[in-house]
Amino acid sequence: MANPSAVCNGHLHHHHHQKQNNLLKSGISKKNGITKGMKKNGVSNGTLYKKTFIEHFEQAPMYVAVFTFVGFAVGTIFGYLRDFMRAWGLEKRNIAAEREQQKDFVPLYQDFENFYTRNLYLRIRDNWNRPICSVPGPQFDLMERVTDDYNWTFRFTGRTIKNVINMGSYNYLGFAETDVNALKTVTIELEKYGTGVCSTRQEMGTLDKHVELEKLVATFLGVEDAMVFGMGFATNSMNIPALVGKGCLILSDELNHTSLVLGARLSGATIRIFKHNNMQSLEKLLRDAIVYGQPRTHRAWRKIIILVEGIYSMEGSIVRLPEIVSLKNKYKAYLYLDEAHSIGAVGATGRGVVEYFGMSPDDVDVLMGTFTKSFGAAGGYIAGKKGLVDFLRTHSHSAVYATSMCPAVAEQIIRAMKCLMGLDGTTQGLQRVRQLEKNTRYFRRKLHEMGFIIYGNDDSPVVPLLLYMPGKIGAFARRMLEKNIGVVVVGFPATPITESRARFCVSAAHTREMLDTVLNALDELGDFLHLKYSRYSKSSHPELYEESRLELED
Amino acid sequence: KRVRDTRTKLAPAYHLILEGILILWIIRLLFSKTYKLQERSDLTLKEKEELIEEWQPEPLVPPVPKDHPALNYNIVSGPPTHIITVNGKECINFASFNFLGLLNNEKVKSAAQASLKKYGVGTCGPRGFYGTFDVHLELEERLAKFMRTEEAIIYSYGFATIASAIPAYSKRGDIVFVDEAACFAIQKGLQASRSNIKLFKHNDMADLERLLKEQETEDQKNPRKARVTRRFIVVEGLYMNTGDICPLPELIKLKYKYKVRIFLEESLSFGVLGEHGRGITEHFGINIDDIDLISANMENSLASIGGFCCGRSFIIDHQRLSGQGYCFSASLPPLLAAAAIEALNIMEDSPDIFQTLRAKCERIHKALQGISGLKVVGESFSPALHLQLEESCGSRENDVKLLKRVVDYCMNSGIALTQARYLEKEEKCLPPPSIRVVITVEQTEQELDKAASLLKEAAQSVLN
Repeated sequence: MANPSAVCNGHLHHHHHQKQNNLLKSGISKKNGITKGMKKNGVSNGTLYKKTFIEHFEQAPMYVAVFTFVGFAVGTIFGYLRDFMRAWGLEKRNIAAEREQQKDFVPLYQDFENFYTRNLYLRIRDNWNRPICSVPGPQFDLMERVTDDYNWTFRFTGRTIKNVINMGSYNYLGFAETDVNALKTVTIELEKYGTGVCSTRQEMGTLDKHVELEKLVATFLGVEDAMVFGMGFATNSMNIPALVGKGCLILSDELNHTSLVLGARLSGATIRIFKHNNMQSLEKLLRDAIVYGQPRTHRAWRKIIILVEGIYSMEGSIVRLPEIVSLKNKYKAYLYLDEAHSIGAVGATGRGVVEYFGMSPDDVDVLMGTFTKSFGAAGGYIAGKKGLVDFLRTHSHSAVYATSMCPAVAEQIIRAMKCLMGLDGTTQGLQRVRQLEKNTRYFRRKLHEMGFIIYGNDDSPVVPLLLYMPGKIGAFARRMLEKNIGVVVVGFPATPITESRARFCVSAAHTREMLDTVLNALDELGDFLHLKYSRYSKSSHPELYEESRLELED
Repeated sequence: KRVRDTRTKLAPAYHLILEGILILWIIRLLFSKTYKLQERSDLTLKEKEELIEEWQPEPLVPPVPKDHPALNYNIVSGPPTHIITVNGKECINFASFNFLGLLNNEKVKSAAQASLKKYGVGTCGPRGFYGTFDVHLELEERLAKFMRTEEAIIYSYGFATIASAIPAYSKRGDIVFVDEAACFAIQKGLQASRSNIKLFKHNDMADLERLLKEQETEDQKNPRKARVTRRFIVVEGLYMNTGDICPLPELIKLKYKYKVRIFLEESLSFGVLGEHGRGITEHFGINIDDIDLISANMENSLASIGGFCCGRSFIIDHQRLSGQGYCFSASLPPLLAAAAIEALNIMEDSPDIFQTLRAKCERIHKALQGISGLKVVGESFSPALHLQLEESCGSRENDVKLLKRVVDYCMNSGIALTQARYLEKEEKCLPPPSIRVVITVEQTEQELDKAASLLKEAAQSVLN
């Protein structure tokens, strides 16, 4: 259960609310059941898609919801019990306390805010913030960490757990590597430039490396111009306020990332949320916005901007770009596409969702992405028409007040991008993209066959595996670590309270053996923890599925 | 004996008729359509289509004129070290915040190289999901030890440090007293927190006390609300916009008198003020536990990227779950963290560089006095000064153009300077246009003198 202090208040509330309502009706979630083949329907939107768009959001059986609630209820009751015992001194208080001199100040934290952190998150918090001591490649070394007081404090034994298979890091194309040849140019640039820049872009912080990188990004994406920033999160939170302001309308997807929500809030524009990837909801909002104008005054909106992501990292779903673009053209809105997880990870040559759907980058007004995931570096970019980028160069908060990107990191992005584009003379880039595609398909197919409930699109390298019950979160992560596999688990409030999950990030650097090891471990663990909730598992007799097997072997 | 009256009592006729009408009315209401007030003013489909057809949005971005002062950046070829090549010309660098000259330090670079060999470049994940490296933990420990606090937390971007720290503690309904000259990152943090902001005049303790007293009288009217409203004072150690320091001892007195917590932003004063570079608390000799939170970025003195917050565990630990820039963003690349650790080593091993830096600042501060047309804004020991026009020529645009000519004159003669840049429409209290002069330990005395005399010349030729 990462981040229990409900930082993402904005979108959490909606999701949570929706889930609560639906749980009162029959069934767990009103998300559609198995949708295999459903999106190939003959509805008008079907003609916009050049290939089949298959997404799964299966509901679990009813008893799962019941047990999930029971689990949380038990946790809460024990939480109250322990708080009571701590308050009455029957149990040791391990929490840090306020200074004696400041005891009469207004308390910094409300007791209830931390109830969840103290009593539910704390029990299993050894599954997060696990420190590593090697490159975050397909395998890494974990520092062994033990706790003597039930997760209040940790201490390092000094040993490292070697060669743990990494299913948690965002290393889609495998560029997080320490191969000396691969990092040759980065080493040279680091020696030449040093680490810092000590100035902002508009003052003395624009280096020739930044200019080179921006040109390359623009060429890679097929747009006129691009601008790079030092931090991916800050790219959103500092540029959305520059693009929209008061009197504008932001239509944001339900499950947008915190950086998008923060950027939208800081801009001062009105925000309206549409249901996740639901085009009817978006169209209704667009129509109502244009027809009725701003609330109360009914003045026309200055502009309407739609914020979506390429791949949603908690669901693994891909945005329905063709439909959104047709809606945006029809209603004259603008589209801001955050490709943090999809750039490099989808598309025939790794150009992101725009290429995946066979569309042109001109269809999207603002292309944003980060370099952290597929390029093994840090930072973000915004790309589009020259007018847009010129405006950002003069008006972005980041250009004026924040330090520019470290040149060695810029070099890493340059070399990764050149590799991807084939400019370094090899086909390694394309091979990585193909390998990622193969790995993704294989991994997802196998998980479906085993009977787990997996969310998301068949082509997305982000694979959420549903756990549901709070007790299984800790058990799953710990047992996988015992088998030498590092996984990421997430619970409330990053996900709805009944849908805790484990999230796998498939990488091009994973070999078939590694994936098989993970799959076997999952198989065993799935049986042991009763995680195979799916009612639609494909039979495990591959000979009945000749075609799909052929597809994979190419 | 009671006789039951078996005759059924018939109600009077009008009663029955009225009841019959009532029942019929109810049945009618039940089956008729609900009557919404909106129905009357609802638009037809055709009207809606027309509205949609007619609506024209603004262009996504307004066009930017080609001669916009901020559009054409100075392009630096090579590292922005002591001798910098700007737009093809070699100059002495008076514009990068490389106070301790660690940008080009060999030891720092080799530490970064070693880290690059071991860890690669990126961390590929946020701190919670295998993005915590042993280097990060080491850096946090070292920073906490250096600043003599219990705990430190690092962020991967300097701007995001204070902008995430403030909203983690101050929420809607809380009150924050902030100095007018606070930097933009603080302003964004305050905006994200949605708290009540009260600005007090720059460094004016009387004004702050007035605001605090006003708040006290408000509290007495509503003591229940006052008991749950948190209060904070946010100040900077060394202000970026004005080059002077905050009166910390008075602030501490106010803190205990009015029960307000202090957040101190030390981006410019970390590694500059104080005998060992520990910042303004060391400069004034104040117990560091009196400050609730110290936030600084590592992009100035430490010549790396990122930022950190330090303080007591009670306060800092909270950010590990509710600091947005910490939880939802990838962690700092290990090579930058290793560079910061090495820079800290250097700072600890040679504490005399702070004295050297201070002496150089004093020297140039004195040398820049008396330039006709330009006045020096900033403390004598501040390594980041501003040169403002003594008399404005009417509009900000013209002032900016005039200063640009001064800067260009200096650049052509081998001294790299820059104007201080602001977002004019977004700042709460926009500082006047100025030239930023940055002093580093690497600048020799001749170079300092040369810069001063060049500025005198430039001011003479441009402003007279």
